[in-house]
Amino acid sequence: MSRWEPVIGLEVHVQLRTASKTFSGSAAAYGAEPNALTDPVVLALPGALPVLNERAVEFAVRLGLACGCSIRRRSRLARKHYFYPDLPKGYQISQYDEPLCEGGGVDVVVDGRVHRVRLTRIHLEEDAGKSLHDGGAASRVDLNRAGVPLCEIVSEPEIRSAAHAAAYMRAIRQLVRYLDISDGNMEEGSLRCDANVSVRLAGSEELGVRVELKNINSFRFVQKALDYEIARQVRVLDGGGQVVQETRLWDADAGVTRPMRGKEEAEDYRYFPDPDLPPLVVDDALLARARAAIPELPAARRARYIDQLGLGPADADAMAEERDVADYFDAVVAAGAPPKAAANWIQGDLTAALHRAGRSVADCPVSPAHLAELIGLLEDDAISGPIAKRVLARAFATGESPVAIVERDGLRQISDAGAIEAIARDIVAAHPDQVAAYRAGKTKLLGYFVGQVMKATGGKANPAAVNDVLKRLLDEAGA
Amino acid sequence: MIDWTAADIARRVAARDVSAREVAQAHLDRVAAVDDRLGAFLRVDGDGALAQAGAVDAAIARGEDPGPLAGVPVGLKDVLVTAGVETTAASKILAGWVPPYDGTAVARLRAAGAVVLGKLNCDEFAMGSSTERSAFRPCRNPWNLDRVPGGSSGGSAAAVAARLCAASLGTDTGGSIRQPAALCGVVGLKPTYGRVSRYGVVAYASSLDQVGPLARTVEDAALVLEAIAGFDPRDATSIDAPVPRYRDATAAGAGGVEGLRFGVPDEYLAGDGLDPEVAAAVAAAVDRLAAAGARVERISLPHTRYALSAYYLIATAEASSNLARYDGVRYGLRVAAPGASLADMYCATRGAGFGPEVKRRIMLGTYVLRAGYYDQYYRKAQQVRALVKRDFDAAFSRVDVVVCPTSPTPAFALGEKTADPLQMYLADVFTLGCNLAGLPGISVPCGLSSGGLPIGLQMIAPPLAEPTLLRAAAGYERIAPFTARPPEVAP
Repeated sequence: MSRWEPVIGLEVHVQLRTASKTFSGSAAAYGAEPNALTDPVVLALPGALPVLNERAVEFAVRLGLACGCSIRRRSRLARKHYFYPDLPKGYQISQYDEPLCEGGGVDVVVDGRVHRVRLTRIHLEEDAGKSLHDGGAASRVDLNRAGVPLCEIVSEPEIRSAAHAAAYMRAIRQLVRYLDISDGNMEEGSLRCDANVSVRLAGSEELGVRVELKNINSFRFVQKALDYEIARQVRVLDGGGQVVQETRLWDADAGVTRPMRGKEEAEDYRYFPDPDLPPLVVDDALLARARAAIPELPAARRARYIDQLGLGPADADAMAEERDVADYFDAVVAAGAPPKAAANWIQGDLTAALHRAGRSVADCPVSPAHLAELIGLLEDDAISGPIAKRVLARAFATGESPVAIVERDGLRQISDAGAIEAIARDIVAAHPDQVAAYRAGKTKLLGYFVGQVMKATGGKANPAAVNDVLKRLLDEAGA
Repeated sequence: MIDWTAADIARRVAARDVSAREVAQAHLDRVAAVDDRLGAFLRVDGDGALAQAGAVDAAIARGEDPGPLAGVPVGLKDVLVTAGVETTAASKILAGWVPPYDGTAVARLRAAGAVVLGKLNCDEFAMGSSTERSAFRPCRNPWNLDRVPGGSSGGSAAAVAARLCAASLGTDTGGSIRQPAALCGVVGLKPTYGRVSRYGVVAYASSLDQVGPLARTVEDAALVLEAIAGFDPRDATSIDAPVPRYRDATAAGAGGVEGLRFGVPDEYLAGDGLDPEVAAAVAAAVDRLAAAGARVERISLPHTRYALSAYYLIATAEASSNLARYDGVRYGLRVAAPGASLADMYCATRGAGFGPEVKRRIMLGTYVLRAGYYDQYYRKAQQVRALVKRDFDAAFSRVDVVVCPTSPTPAFALGEKTADPLQMYLADVFTLGCNLAGLPGISVPCGLSSGGLPIGLQMIAPPLAEPTLLRAAAGYERIAPFTARPPEVAP
C-alpha cells in the first residue's frame, strides 16, 4: 500500500438537451455544418443581447433537486472574461458567487459500497465554440456549440481513486439521462470533465499541490488520465521533488498528461454580474415543474426491483441501469408479466433484436403490453420456448400482437397427450435402428427422438409432454 | 420643407400635400450643401432613403396607413445597427462592417414610416461629451463651427439643429442625448431605462445605455418615442408595460404646467463649474414655470457629488467587458503581421482599432474589475448608485419633476477639453444621475448665452413617467418658445 493518498475533485460539464441555445433562439444540435447554428447573439455581433432560455434553468433546477442541492431562488449570471477565438463575446456568461444550486451529493457505488460524493455547487453557463486546427497556418472557428447550455457540477475533493472518479462520472451520466436533461454522450462532448488532482500522505488532513487536468472526454480516459497523473505525482514526491501547480492536458494518443500553462500567473477572469441580464429568479411554478419532472431515480428503482419484485441484484442492476429500459420493464410488469421472466426477455432476445435493428428501447416495435402477452402465452404453456422466440421475432418485425401471430399461424402448443403419442409412435416406428441403439443403452438418443417429434409438429409440441411420451414408449417397448 | 417639424411632415405626407420622396430629397440636398462643414453624418444612404420614401408614397397611394412618422426624414447615431448599411460606432475597429440585421428601435422607426437618411457622427463607442472622439472626423456645432456640438450623440443633435433631418435617434449613457441637445438648442429625450429596446445598439455601458429621440419640438420627440418604445423579447432588460400615447401629453390642449410640482435641487445650482449665464437662464426658466402656475420648491439630492465617480466606475467596467468582443476574429478590423501569434493579432487589432478615449476607459474598467478590487470599486459604485436612486425616490415623493441645468456650460471650443479627460467628464455632471437611477430626462432649449450659444433646461421624472415629463416640457415650450435658428451653417 502506498503511503500516498490521492485527493480528486471533479468539475463535470453536462450539456443540456434544450432545443435552443442558452441566450438565443439558435438551435442547439450536434453535427451541423460549421457555423450553421448561429445568429447575431451567438456571433456576438455588435448590438446583440442575451435572453435566458427558461428551459435551461428548469433543467438545471431538476438536476439540483435530484442531487439534493439547495436551490437559490434568486441568483445572478456573471461574465467571466478571457480572450480566445472560440469565445465570441470575450467573456462567457456563467455564474460566480451566486450559483443556482449548492450542496447536495451524488451516490456512487465503488466495490459494492455506496459512497456519497458531496457537491460544492451546480451552476448554469454557456459553452464556447470550437477551434479547428488543420495543421496549416490558419485555424478556423466553428460557433455551432457556442452558447449551448451547460450545467457545471463541481464536487468536493472527496474522490479517492481513479476508479472512484470514473464511477462518479458514470453515476452522473446515468442521472442526467434519467432526468432527461442531457444525452450524456461523452463522444459528442455532452459530458466533459476537468479534474483537480493532488496527492498527500495517507491520513493527512492537509491538501497537496493541485494539478488541473483538462480535456478528459471519455470514461476510459477519466481513469487512465487520473491513474497516470496520480502515479506521476507520487513519483515526483517519492523522488523528493515538489509537484508544480499547473494545468495539464490529457494526451490520449501518448497516454500521458502534459503541461498546458503554468499557474504562477493566476488568471483574472474579472467576474461581474452581467448587466444585460436581470437576476435569475426561480419562481414557485418553475420549481414545481422541475420537481414534477424528476422520475424515480436509479438507486430507488434498483431497490424496489429487489425488495418488491424479487429480482436478483444483477437483474435489478440491468433493469435499472437506463431509464428507458427501466420504464419499459416497469410497463411489462404492469401489464402482468412476472418480473423475472420480463427481465430475462428484455436482457435476452429483445436486446439482441434491438441491437441488430440498431434501435433503442425507446422506439422498440414490441410494446410492453405485447411482450407481457408473449410471456403470458409461454407461462400458460400455450406456446413453447422456441416458438416464443419465433413469435417475438415476428412481433418485432411487424409490430403485431403475439396472440394474433400465434392464432393466425397456428402456433399454439400441442399439449394433448393423445395427439403427441400418435406422432411419437410413428417416429419410433420409422427409426428401428435408433430404437435398438437406445435400448442397447444409448439413452442419449432420447434427444434425437424429441427433435424428430418437434420437427414433425413444427415445434409446436409441448417439449415436456414429448419427453414423457417418448420415454414411456421407448422404455415400454424394451420391457 | 427643412423647417417643418416631424409632426408637420407626417401630416402633410399622409395627406399627400407633399411626397415623402420630395421631403427626403430636400433634406438630402441640405445635407449635401452643409454637412462637409458640419460633419454630422458619417454616412448618407441617399439611395436607401429615396427607396424607403418611395415605398411610403406607394403605400399611401394604395390607401394603406403609412404610419405615424410617414416620410419623416431621420438620422441614426452610428451606434444603432442598420441592416445593409455600414455601422461603425465611429470606430476604426468596425470600419467596413455591414450588419445583417436592424436593431429593434431602427426596425420600429422604419415600420412607423420614417425614412432613414444615414448614420450620424458620435464619439467613438459613445464615449465622450463633445463628438471630437469620433475616429473619422469631429462634428461641429451649427451655432458656431468652432464649438463642439456636445456628445456623444453630437451628430444627432447637430443634424436636427441644422435641419439636416427632422428628428434623430441618439443614445444616452450619462447624458449623451440631453447634453448635446442642450448645446445645439434642440429637444433631447432620454427615456426610462428599459423603455426602448437596446437590441441592436452597440453597447457602451449596458446598465446605463438608453436610446432616445432628438427633435426640434417636444411633440416631435414624443412622436418618435411612441414609435420606438415598448417591450422587446430580445432585450431581457426591456420593460413589459404598455406604451402610452405620448403625443397626448404634448397636445396643445394638454394640462400645461399648471399644478405640476417642480423641484430644484440645491446641489445642481451650487456646483463650481456652473456657468453664471446657464445658472441665470435656468433660474429664469424656473420663474416662468412658477408664473405659469407650477409649484416650485427646493429639494436636495445629497449624493450628487458622488455620482460622477460612481458613474465612471460602472460605465468603464461595463465598457471594458462590452468591448472585449472586438478582437479581430469575426468582423471588423484585423491587424496581424505575417506569422503573428494569436495574442499578437489581438493586441495589434485592438491597438490600431481603438482610439485613446476608448483605450482609457477599457483600461480603467479593467482595473476596476480586477481580482481583489471589485469590492473596493465596482461594488462600492453600485452602492452609491443605490443611494443616488434613493435621493430621487425621496424627491419624487414631494415633486412631480426635477428641474435643473442640462450642461454646466454652453458649447465649449473644439480642442478645449480634449487634453483633460476629467474636465470633459464634468460636462455630464448634471445628466448622469438620471442614468444611474434609470429615470427619464429631457432637455429643452431655454435661451441663448451672450455669445449666442444655446442653453438647455433639464427635466427629470420618475420611472415610466414620460407622460408627465413630456407634459412639463411641452408646457414650458409653450410659455417660452425657442424660435432661434442656428446661424452658422444656414445658407
